[in-house]
Amino acid sequence: MNKILVCIKRVIDYNIKIRINSDESGVVTEGVKMSINPFDEIALEEALRIKESGKANEIIVVSIGSEDCQQQLRTGLAMGADRAILVEHQEQAEPLIVAKLLYEIVQQEKPELILLGKQAIDDDCSQTGQMLAELCSYAQATFISKLDIEGNVLTVTREVDQGLESLEIDLPAIVTTDLRLNEPRYVKLPDIMKAKKKPLDVMNSSEFNVSTDAFFKVIKVSAPPPRQSGIMLTNADEAFDALKTKGFFD
Amino acid sequence: MNVLVIAEHNDGVINVSTSKTLSCVSDLSSQQTDLLVLGNNSELATQAALFQNVNSVLYLEDQRFDHQVAAVMSPVIAHLATEYDCVLCPSTTFGRDLMPRVAALLDVGQMTDIMAVTGPLTFERPIYAGNAIQTIEVTDKEKIVGTVRLASYKEVEMNNQANIKHIELPEIELPLHSRFLGIQSETNERPDLQVAKIVISGGRGLGSSENFNLLYDLADKMGAAVGASRAAVDAGYVSNDMQVGQTGKIIAPDLYFAFGISGAIQHLAGIKDAGTIVAVNKDPDAPIFEIADIGIVADLFNFIPEFIAKIN
Repeated sequence: MNKILVCIKRVIDYNIKIRINSDESGVVTEGVKMSINPFDEIALEEALRIKESGKANEIIVVSIGSEDCQQQLRTGLAMGADRAILVEHQEQAEPLIVAKLLYEIVQQEKPELILLGKQAIDDDCSQTGQMLAELCSYAQATFISKLDIEGNVLTVTREVDQGLESLEIDLPAIVTTDLRLNEPRYVKLPDIMKAKKKPLDVMNSSEFNVSTDAFFKVIKVSAPPPRQSGIMLTNADEAFDALKTKGFFD
Repeated sequence: MNVLVIAEHNDGVINVSTSKTLSCVSDLSSQQTDLLVLGNNSELATQAALFQNVNSVLYLEDQRFDHQVAAVMSPVIAHLATEYDCVLCPSTTFGRDLMPRVAALLDVGQMTDIMAVTGPLTFERPIYAGNAIQTIEVTDKEKIVGTVRLASYKEVEMNNQANIKHIELPEIELPLHSRFLGIQSETNERPDLQVAKIVISGGRGLGSSENFNLLYDLADKMGAAVGASRAAVDAGYVSNDMQVGQTGKIIAPDLYFAFGISGAIQHLAGIKDAGTIVAVNKDPDAPIFEIADIGIVADLFNFIPEFIAKIN
């Protein structure tokens, strides 16, 4: 195939323990390490492997968000993507709005395959890929842990609640990636230098005829209720008795 | 409001996830709640009619719905949804695959993982793997589209006699670009992880796939389901459909046992709503003890046989 489009989101790094703002409007992002959403990184790694196997010519990474997303796009270029597109838009846009902006990019670039992570680890929505698939009227394969390409047909393994599902879909298609698909490569310093010379186009969401009105208003973001502290015991007898007093084993 | 709930089913049985989704409807001011079954087995409609909170079952039979491929179902659901104020689906892999396509066709935003209804148009949902709770208000008054987090809701009673309406496939072209090939699952006579009242999980501390037999013995004594941490799955001890945690299954059993599980954030996110958490670990500093109701610093290989003897 000619092109693969990989959509990446800038999120708080997965190793960071998030803190909620004092006014409960969201989480603290200032001075916090930001990264490519780990599931999107897996999507990019898969695209690179497809290209390396000779089955694709060009990998484009795209992100929707603030100008700071250029950092994550540069990381994507350092991993091996050929070029990048940033559509500047407010941070934390709702998935449907992101999907509509991505749809515009799909119309421009006409990739045969579009890869995204199965969800972003910040809002945990798990919607953008499927919404984009419907907007494009494309087939989708979500939550995949294995992917094979033969001509115009993708065969995937999907991680579903009932086990591992095998699905066959025709290109063009949208695929969302799960954890076990691959392990993304580490970026090496020379690649970071090389990535600086790769093209990164910047657009603005206002250039597209897409309504960006929000469907939801965030009233507040709060900490989950803590669990009450428990008791420490030393052996099976005590554990059994403690559970019995709680009403188990009756 | 009028609510449409999309039924999930597997192997000719309506999934418990559907029941829990119907339970969420109790918190909405619903005048009419219909349960849509897209399937290829009329037995499904009969089962669906038993669930409380359902006024009518809408049953649409077509062999193309056998395997519930999202792209095939979404146009039909979006077409029928125009008559409703709210469309809900379980937040399982089924619902997460399907509902965004429906929302995109309806041109409305979607809420994933509704965990509480706090007002006529306000809802709570977890973000950052459950480390924060977001309260959001629907500003589009036209339509509410969402998936319901199973761990937040109980099942509804099954003593209803809803009427069953057989409906015709609307004149919509359904796509042919997706073909289901098969599903491979662990054959398991134990209860399903997501609905079991008691769940017994093992982590890397189990050390091998054979040692999981110890957990199966205990589970069979207690009528429990068996789960595992991501570390145990990644080590190859058990298959990935047993994984409990943010990237596996999020569960809320009455009683949860964690054996040899250190308690990575991603695992804890999957068990936060469990009733009583019992943790057995050799390491007294394991983070699992911070959220356990009952913590035991012990060698699980001594603990489990002693515990089984005690039950006997």
